[in-house]
Amino acid sequence: MVQEIDEKLLRSIIRNVIAETNQVDTPISFQNETAEASPVNGDQPEPEKSVDWFKHVGPAKPGYSRDEVVIAVAPAFAEVLDHNLTGISHKEILRQVVAGIEEEGLKARIVKVYRTSDVSFCGAEGDHLSGSGIAVAIQSKGTTIIHQKDQEPLSNLELFPQAPVIDGDTYRAIGKNAAEYAKGMSPSPVPTVNDQMARVQYQALSALMHIKETKQVVMGKPAEQIEVNFN
Amino acid sequence: MMGPNDPKPSITIENGVVTELDSKKREDFDLIDLYIANYGIKLENAEKVMAMDSTKIANMLCDPNVSRQDIVALTTAMTPAKAEEVISKLNFAEMIMATQKMRPRRTPATQCHVTNIRDNPVQIAADAADAALRGFPEQETTTAVARYAPLNAIALMVGAQTGRPGVITQCSVEEALELSLGMRGFTGYAETISVYGTDKVFTDGDDTPWSKGFLASCYASRGLKMRFTSGSGSEVMMGYTEGKSMLYLESRCIFITKASGVQGLQNGGVSCIGIPGSVPSGIRSVLGENLLCMMLDLECASANDQAFSHSDMRRTERLLGQFIAGTDYISSGYSSTPNYDNTFAGSNTDGLDYDDYYVMERDLAINGGIHPVEEETIIKARNQAARALQAVFADLGLPKITDEEVEAATYANTSKDMPERNMVEDMKAAQDLMDRGITGVDIVKALYNNGFKETAQAVLDLQKQKVCGDFLQTSAIFDEKWNVISAVNDANDYQGPGTGYRLEEDTDEWERIKNLPFAIDPQNMQL
Repeated sequence: MVQEIDEKLLRSIIRNVIAETNQVDTPISFQNETAEASPVNGDQPEPEKSVDWFKHVGPAKPGYSRDEVVIAVAPAFAEVLDHNLTGISHKEILRQVVAGIEEEGLKARIVKVYRTSDVSFCGAEGDHLSGSGIAVAIQSKGTTIIHQKDQEPLSNLELFPQAPVIDGDTYRAIGKNAAEYAKGMSPSPVPTVNDQMARVQYQALSALMHIKETKQVVMGKPAEQIEVNFN
Repeated sequence: MMGPNDPKPSITIENGVVTELDSKKREDFDLIDLYIANYGIKLENAEKVMAMDSTKIANMLCDPNVSRQDIVALTTAMTPAKAEEVISKLNFAEMIMATQKMRPRRTPATQCHVTNIRDNPVQIAADAADAALRGFPEQETTTAVARYAPLNAIALMVGAQTGRPGVITQCSVEEALELSLGMRGFTGYAETISVYGTDKVFTDGDDTPWSKGFLASCYASRGLKMRFTSGSGSEVMMGYTEGKSMLYLESRCIFITKASGVQGLQNGGVSCIGIPGSVPSGIRSVLGENLLCMMLDLECASANDQAFSHSDMRRTERLLGQFIAGTDYISSGYSSTPNYDNTFAGSNTDGLDYDDYYVMERDLAINGGIHPVEEETIIKARNQAARALQAVFADLGLPKITDEEVEAATYANTSKDMPERNMVEDMKAAQDLMDRGITGVDIVKALYNNGFKETAQAVLDLQKQKVCGDFLQTSAIFDEKWNVISAVNDANDYQGPGTGYRLEEDTDEWERIKNLPFAIDPQNMQL
């Protein structure tokens, strides 16, 4: 057995050492101190609709099982918006990604992120919860990323920035590749589909969906664990 | 522009400190206000300029009799809201007049994208040489899969220097990696250092104006050219506009750039062009933001770099202002490949538009930054670049580039014409190359040892330029002999007819533009 390190003790030692060097930074607050978990962007978030296949089961905890991949969905997913830019339902998207992971023999764990609507930072929050260190993050508009714990937040293993070209099969392939990364393999990246006219057709719609998603951001609110039922 | 929630322009200075900026008291400043108030405005003249009538300043902007220098003295002493107000007084044609005078470099130019959706490095090298010959002094690549970055950067540099020494290249990726590629000598400049007009968008990306300023100084300290990127619509796309107009938010971005001491900015909608493109007067506002950038004496890479419309007329509409006026980089960039292979998600103009673009330059006698090249010359350079990269890969122990690939890249239109590569092997090799600490010098050696002496010399010369650093001046590009052409030694002196850059006086370039390979000589016409 590896000797257990008392985390609290360790933290207090580090704090003392830092204090001695007089380099304690004063935290900068970007918000009013009064509101601890307040909605950002002025507007109140819409109340989440209760969806029978998508149930909250408490705060998401860090996983220790190496055979899990976390799927981190953005704040409006399933309960405020219910389909991506091209009309694929959120239920179908999750079903495909989960299936892709399960087909590789791994477990998928779904969490909903509230702190950010940015796909990279959703990924970064997800992979820190993931036992394997691998997460797939999905925005409501459909933009998806595969992210690994030791990467810079804005880097990625694979990024699918053009939501309109992602179909069901691609979502499944993303799940499969994420699972292979979790197993320590080096899969060939999911082939990039490029539609240079996607922006032209969808950018304004994409902005509207993202604004709606961003209204759901709650500063400081930890991710929640989600139980899905595809039946 | 001039949104109902945009602040009224104002400034109060007490004992050299800005205590009020655009109707906001210092104690209410957000991070961006504070940054701009501390570093972004020349205070000596500020109160005087703020008291001037905005319409009068706008008038001076498009009046050829008022020199660029005189205007810059005023515009660098303004606040973001005042600058927005001045721009909003101009109609589109007046903006073109003003842009012609206000761009920092006398000679206009343009930048290109060189990418393909398979991240095929051999094709990147060939396409880079191709684009270099056509006259792009700056080339930008990115990746379809992030882990390919070092290979794409090296392929682009080797290809571009083979095509025409003096072209500088960049690889747009995650910021830490992008800096690392530059420090290793795989790139010559950087541009994708994004700044935003609201605090929330900054902090959402784990950044502040100060962290971007710090990053900028990292580039400067390594002798790498860099500019920031911003653009109307980015705050909308990221969901945090604070209800302000796109032009006001963009004005703040431009002032952040000035405050950071960075020499230039890529702006003009950029990848968010669909947002200003979907509102009335939006494309006018986009030219306005380019002009605002130039007003602050900054290099301006004026976007036109993203697919904008299905309509060929609207694509041309998008390009028109910057094309006619001429900017430091009319596009940033022009897709040198067909858009099928453009991994920036498509550009406004692509490789298939070359011929039409050349004709536009010829018809209007405008230097749009590129010129036609004979097919044989292009094929030769493409082949040379692919072979040079083949030698570099072999020498550095990277996965083999076959003769079949070199041949395919020589004639390839898109990556569909390229044999498959083992992408997993390439990505492992890319990581290994980084781990081994390979640098630009290793690439010089590899080229030299395999007989590619001219390309070796060019890659070495690029590294030497980083030591002397002259190309960190505003709007700098190189000619084929590594002479810097910048706003310092090629300052825009336009003051009406008979002054400024005239294509007919740039005789070599005018000859190249006139010499359309597909034009038919009437002497040879079969009647």
